[in-house]
Amino acid sequence: MAKKRSASKRGRKAADGRRARDGGERRGRAPRHFWSGTISFGLVSVPVTLYPATRPTRPSLRMLAPDGTPLQRRWVCEEEDRDIRWSEIVRAFEADDGEPVELSDEELESVAPRKSRDIDLRLFVGADELDPLLFERAFVLTPGGDSTKAYRLLAEVMEREGKAGIATFVLRDEEHLVAIESRSGILRAETLRFAGELRSAEDVGLDEPGEAPKDLVAAFRRSIRGLEAEEVDLEELVDPRIARLRQLVERKVAKGEDLVRARSGERKRARSADAAAGAGADGQDEDLVEVIRRSLRGAKGGDGALRRGGNGADLASLTKRELYERARELDLAGRSEMTKDELVGALRSRSRRRSR
Amino acid sequence: MAARAIWKAELVVGTERVPVKMYAAVEDRSIRFRLRHARDGARVRQRMAHPETGRTVEGRDAFRGVEVGRGRFVVLDEEELAGLEPEPSRDIELKAFLPPGALDPRWYERPYLLGPDEDGEERYDALAAALEESGREGLATWVLRKRFHAGALRAREGRLALVALRPAQEVLLVDELEAPAGRKLAPGERKLASQLVGALSGALSGAFDPAEYRDEYRDRVLALVEAKRRGETIELERFEPEAETGDGLAEKLEASLRDAG
Repeated sequence: MAKKRSASKRGRKAADGRRARDGGERRGRAPRHFWSGTISFGLVSVPVTLYPATRPTRPSLRMLAPDGTPLQRRWVCEEEDRDIRWSEIVRAFEADDGEPVELSDEELESVAPRKSRDIDLRLFVGADELDPLLFERAFVLTPGGDSTKAYRLLAEVMEREGKAGIATFVLRDEEHLVAIESRSGILRAETLRFAGELRSAEDVGLDEPGEAPKDLVAAFRRSIRGLEAEEVDLEELVDPRIARLRQLVERKVAKGEDLVRARSGERKRARSADAAAGAGADGQDEDLVEVIRRSLRGAKGGDGALRRGGNGADLASLTKRELYERARELDLAGRSEMTKDELVGALRSRSRRRSR
Repeated sequence: MAARAIWKAELVVGTERVPVKMYAAVEDRSIRFRLRHARDGARVRQRMAHPETGRTVEGRDAFRGVEVGRGRFVVLDEEELAGLEPEPSRDIELKAFLPPGALDPRWYERPYLLGPDEDGEERYDALAAALEESGREGLATWVLRKRFHAGALRAREGRLALVALRPAQEVLLVDELEAPAGRKLAPGERKLASQLVGALSGALSGAFDPAEYRDEYRDRVLALVEAKRRGETIELERFEPEAETGDGLAEKLEASLRDAG
């Protein structure tokens, strides 16, 4: 099968994380942010970074081999029938007839050069005019660049006027319609579905609604009133399976049932794989919140290599991020609120207590 | 052309029941990419392997475990796993009726349209009318394909929609975040910014109509793909990043205001 290849060099922007998608697991470092660019507000450009406003769900169940070793995901070339590395994999657009056509990052970016780094706010609407059924994904925007002034100005004005900004931009090879909103001084973005994606009742083929008998409406009115509440009970939103799983696991641990321990080589490997993927042992979610927090404070300095800290004497030389990681491992209470110095202090006193 | 219902269920509102059919309200039109081996263009699939022996371990031969410490797992057998699954049911249970906005639309994940099931038209219409009149949204829970879902029940123009919410543990409670701080904003800057927002809102009057927007990028990608398949040479437009705004914010705002008319 003759295949046309792109003449241009395929840009491997590892930091961009654009390769890891499409049902594949993220390898290498998890992207610290999705997108960097600017919001254009008239002639003013507000540099921003975009983060997802949802934590990724970590699967609670791992697949284990019969000897208790956690299994690893591997990629297989179907023609050569052998394992290949993630770096040997590219994304190809699949046409309707199954014929693959490779598109390089440059080619994809070339068809939307202006928009790929720019959110151009062209229209302001009342924030409550937006139909939430159009909301697709929620993001948080943090100030990029050196100054937070433009960001704060935009956030303040939009919140005060009760406006949302409508724009289009390109994120990860897809064009998105986006609404920018401001709440409590923080800019949020919601990608919106294009009109063609949302089906109406007519599209689905529903009949015209009718006039219901009054006594039936009254009956439902009573039932609704009987269930009225002013606030949502967040417990209701949680999958009961999570609690069931936790209870089961706790019971088994208490009885020492069915506990397996991966061999030490495996544990080390699992740990470094997790670190490379940017996941902590306890989950990625706190990581993300901390990263967003830092970004909101305007702290610069992205993903420098983690310095291997030593013992307590070296704590002061660690970055706040590294200190926080240690605090999390030790489950120190109140760590999210601590300054760098406070973290150093807390970690030092914890290690002192331990060595007694 | 009637769409096919993905599920038939019953809304349970206190002692009242309404038979409904559930329809997907979203058509996914994103461009699909597949993973391919760079060298030969072959398809790529996944396998789960023992990290040391490299042997494939099929799903049915693998155990499932929960990590309880570094490299330590509690293994669960099939019976235990089955015991975790929720009871299958066709009930969509309404737990509460809340003021609008109590279920934050940022939690919305997937909208569905509900239509009446046979002989349930009157009950459907009655519920829709009562719900719309109340101005509230229902908090609903249901189990579909062994998975628990929570969602918002909304009524509009005589019709019911159910919007599935993201899993609770995924939602980032944005109250955990602090707004960026900095030097005080000058009143002149604020005023200008307000004027600009006002000018932009006015200049493009009329409500936001999502129908006006197309996925142009998708069209262009498809055109690019076609061009490549035909063997045409493609000229790539170079991307020029825009210069960042330093200060001189006020000047820029003023210039924008002049442009906006």
